[in-house]
Amino acid sequence: MSRLDNEPLINRPVATADVAPPSAVVEEATAGAPQVRIGRFQIPTASLRAYTMLFALVLIWLFFQWATIDERHPYGLFLGAVNFSKLLQQMAVTGVLATGMLMVIVAGQIDLSVGAVVGLAGGVAAMTQGYGLVPSLGAAILIGLLIGAVQGSLVAYANIPAFIVTLGGLLAWRGVILGLTKGATIPVELPVFKSLGRDFVAPVIGIALGVVAIAAIAWLSIRRNQARRRHNLAAAGAGVTALRIILPALLIIGFVLLMNSQGGVPVPVIVLLAVAIVGAFLTQRTTFGRYLYAIGGNPDAARLSGIGLRKHILAAFCVMGVVAGIASLLHTARVGSATPDAGNLMELDAIAACVIGGTSLMGGRGTVFGAVVGALIMASLDNGMSLLDVQSYIQNIVKGAVLVTAVGFDMLGRRRG
Amino acid sequence: MSIVSEAPLLEMREITKTFPGVRALDGVSFNLRAGELHALVGENGAGKSTLMKVLGGVYPHGTYGGEIFVDGKEHRFGGVREAEAAGIAVIFQELSLVREMSVGENIFLGREPRRFGIIRREELYSRAARLLENLHLAVDPHTPISELGIGQQQLVEIAKALSQEARILVLDEPTAALADAEVETLFRILTDLRARGVGMIYISHKLDEVFRMSDRITVLRDGRTVGTDETSELDERRVIARMVGREVGDIFPQADHQRGQVVFEARGVTVEDPNARDKLLVDRVSFAVRAGEVLGVAGLMGAGRSDLLMAIFGAHAGRMSGEVFIDGQTARIVRPSDAIRHGLGFVTEDRKRFGLVLDQTILNNMTLAGLNKLSGRFITDEDAEAVAGERAMSDLRVKANSTLTVAGTLSGGNQQKVVLAKWLLTNPRVLFLDEPTRGIDVGAKQEIYREINRLAREGLAIVLVSSELPEVLGLSDRVLVLHEGRVTGEFTRADATPEKVMACATGHAQERAA
Repeated sequence: MSRLDNEPLINRPVATADVAPPSAVVEEATAGAPQVRIGRFQIPTASLRAYTMLFALVLIWLFFQWATIDERHPYGLFLGAVNFSKLLQQMAVTGVLATGMLMVIVAGQIDLSVGAVVGLAGGVAAMTQGYGLVPSLGAAILIGLLIGAVQGSLVAYANIPAFIVTLGGLLAWRGVILGLTKGATIPVELPVFKSLGRDFVAPVIGIALGVVAIAAIAWLSIRRNQARRRHNLAAAGAGVTALRIILPALLIIGFVLLMNSQGGVPVPVIVLLAVAIVGAFLTQRTTFGRYLYAIGGNPDAARLSGIGLRKHILAAFCVMGVVAGIASLLHTARVGSATPDAGNLMELDAIAACVIGGTSLMGGRGTVFGAVVGALIMASLDNGMSLLDVQSYIQNIVKGAVLVTAVGFDMLGRRRG
Repeated sequence: MSIVSEAPLLEMREITKTFPGVRALDGVSFNLRAGELHALVGENGAGKSTLMKVLGGVYPHGTYGGEIFVDGKEHRFGGVREAEAAGIAVIFQELSLVREMSVGENIFLGREPRRFGIIRREELYSRAARLLENLHLAVDPHTPISELGIGQQQLVEIAKALSQEARILVLDEPTAALADAEVETLFRILTDLRARGVGMIYISHKLDEVFRMSDRITVLRDGRTVGTDETSELDERRVIARMVGREVGDIFPQADHQRGQVVFEARGVTVEDPNARDKLLVDRVSFAVRAGEVLGVAGLMGAGRSDLLMAIFGAHAGRMSGEVFIDGQTARIVRPSDAIRHGLGFVTEDRKRFGLVLDQTILNNMTLAGLNKLSGRFITDEDAEAVAGERAMSDLRVKANSTLTVAGTLSGGNQQKVVLAKWLLTNPRVLFLDEPTRGIDVGAKQEIYREINRLAREGLAIVLVSSELPEVLGLSDRVLVLHEGRVTGEFTRADATPEKVMACATGHAQERAA
């Protein structure tokens, strides 16, 4: 009557718990330091890595700022409005992809095909421009979704490891691009499409969005406190609440003003923020997100808790596909044309961004915030080293070293903890 | 019947081993003669495996107290390799063979005959073939392990031990996974080894085998030796009395449960071994539980208790047949989510593997199974979760800084409470508890016992599997005894004595009370 199908991704021995040896071993009662306290603030260990990386990011920024001081730029060039705006535009595609990749990795999977999907979806969008703006943009996202669904089904229902399915995808989708475009470069002609990659939103709209964001933060914090009081839970005091609203508000105001001094907030940055906010919401505030962490953290326990592994893994790949479709639009628009090798190696940038931001490739750990910070670190290294005229081969070496070092520090910390 | 020399081949004196909070071995002395098969018996957790791990060097010298002599010479093993060098080979229940490698390669793994670092395959296979022939084992040494049945794998393990010239062979439940014919082969080989002067320590729950094969029997209980005697001077009844001879103290809060309607019933549940189709892990087991009742399921390791629960819950890899009724209605349970929907909860035996996501917070673990009941279908309700989590924390007295503490940092007892809370938050009507107090300290055990009684009073139907007899007898209204996948006994609380239950659990008797 009840036969457990081979669920994907579990390469562990089957459930015959009776045969296991009795463990007379009583586990040590560890005192347990689950959170790191800094002053009055408790930081959950899970986000600690992301905060460490935020600190590293600031150090990297300060270094490049110092290194780019010359006669024309007495305070440095790196963090100036012009370059900072460019830096953010450069990171948008990686940041968007990292948001999707995070969900796949948290579920204990991997997607190596996203670079090829960016190329294919971008190519299709460019080729369908004749049908109008909405069909063209929609086609890219639909292609991404379809590919995600196909690959996700193969992983979840046919039990083929994600590494293999998406490695196959990497090769196959790149082949499809070449077949479709015959190797030609297709220019982006629709003005709105083009604006996705290059334009800025009008300064007024930037300010309006900033105001909306601040209002939303304030409303959410206040409502949250009210709800917690209603449930007799400890709610934050007025001072802490004010701080929680004012600090982000200052950051948002500073950011909008800085961008507006250079023509406004770039459109790709708005798209990145939107994707990241939706991604953070999905992972933190929905059952879907919670189940992804459980599946990646302990698939056996997740299944026994009644969670359907297959459908959630499939869903994660579908989300990744849609996100890759969005990224393909940003990338194609930014480059100004669809080329057959567009998106090459982007999957590795996205994975690196996740890992630098504290995501465990074993699954179960990581945050969207961390992944975006990771993408920002990668983009900062790229941008900063280019400003300093560092040769590209050295840039690659540095990025590789940073990636390995970041994980090395993490492992070191984990062993001690 | 056998050559038994008088000078002990092995002598372990006053072995003491403690784990935080538990004294697993308390001054155990044990000796083994050459050419002797010495059985070591005792309840689960009596200290048999721990003693053998001390002997095999798994726990190195310095982590235990006492002395080990081989041939009258003291040895202080720093690790498994040193114990092997002294001629000791331990064959644990989980076989340590590499499935992808051949029989020959496994026998000589790490000790391959080689010249200039290059493995001499011909020599390896010819030596392996000779060893196998010695054991009358008709297996080609080139065969991959994965193609062998579990019984043959066990014999390969023995060949491997003999290739290291082991003179002391420890067999931990060697017949647990074997079919009858394989058992006979194994026994023939053991008899042969005895004639060659190999000393064997034989750990088994199956008393008929013990009496058939052993020269002497040592009974361990609660980390102490209860007695060592010639097998010919003992009978099963006396061995059972020694195994269980312990007072069921008053640590069990006595509770008279008001029993209600039958909530859960299983009929003719049969579970196949996913690794061996013809072997049944559970064979036509039927039982029913009423609201407010605790049904204890007793049995020794490998009796199929966990398999039974896993299969009913839709989480067993082996094929299952049989019927399940909830409130008299047929329930089709294919996967755990079906079971949860029907009001079943399952605190599993292995909480680290099946119970917890160790990286996650207490709160996320507690709400994992009942998340869609606590929250909306898609968007989670953090406040409802926090409220439920705080209440469960204080109800179950989980000791932790807050509900945001990571589950992996908790002690065993607190982890178990988190798992229990997880299932209680699904509002179950039937709760399966599989070894709910394994590996947790005495204080936490008592709290779990109190909780079980409270839940029964509140009308939950509880199925309690435990290897600790006092626990089963102290908490259950009725006791079901399994032996090799079959029901061999059923007792009411008043009828259930440790001796009777153990007799059924060892396959020595069959009893069915009304």
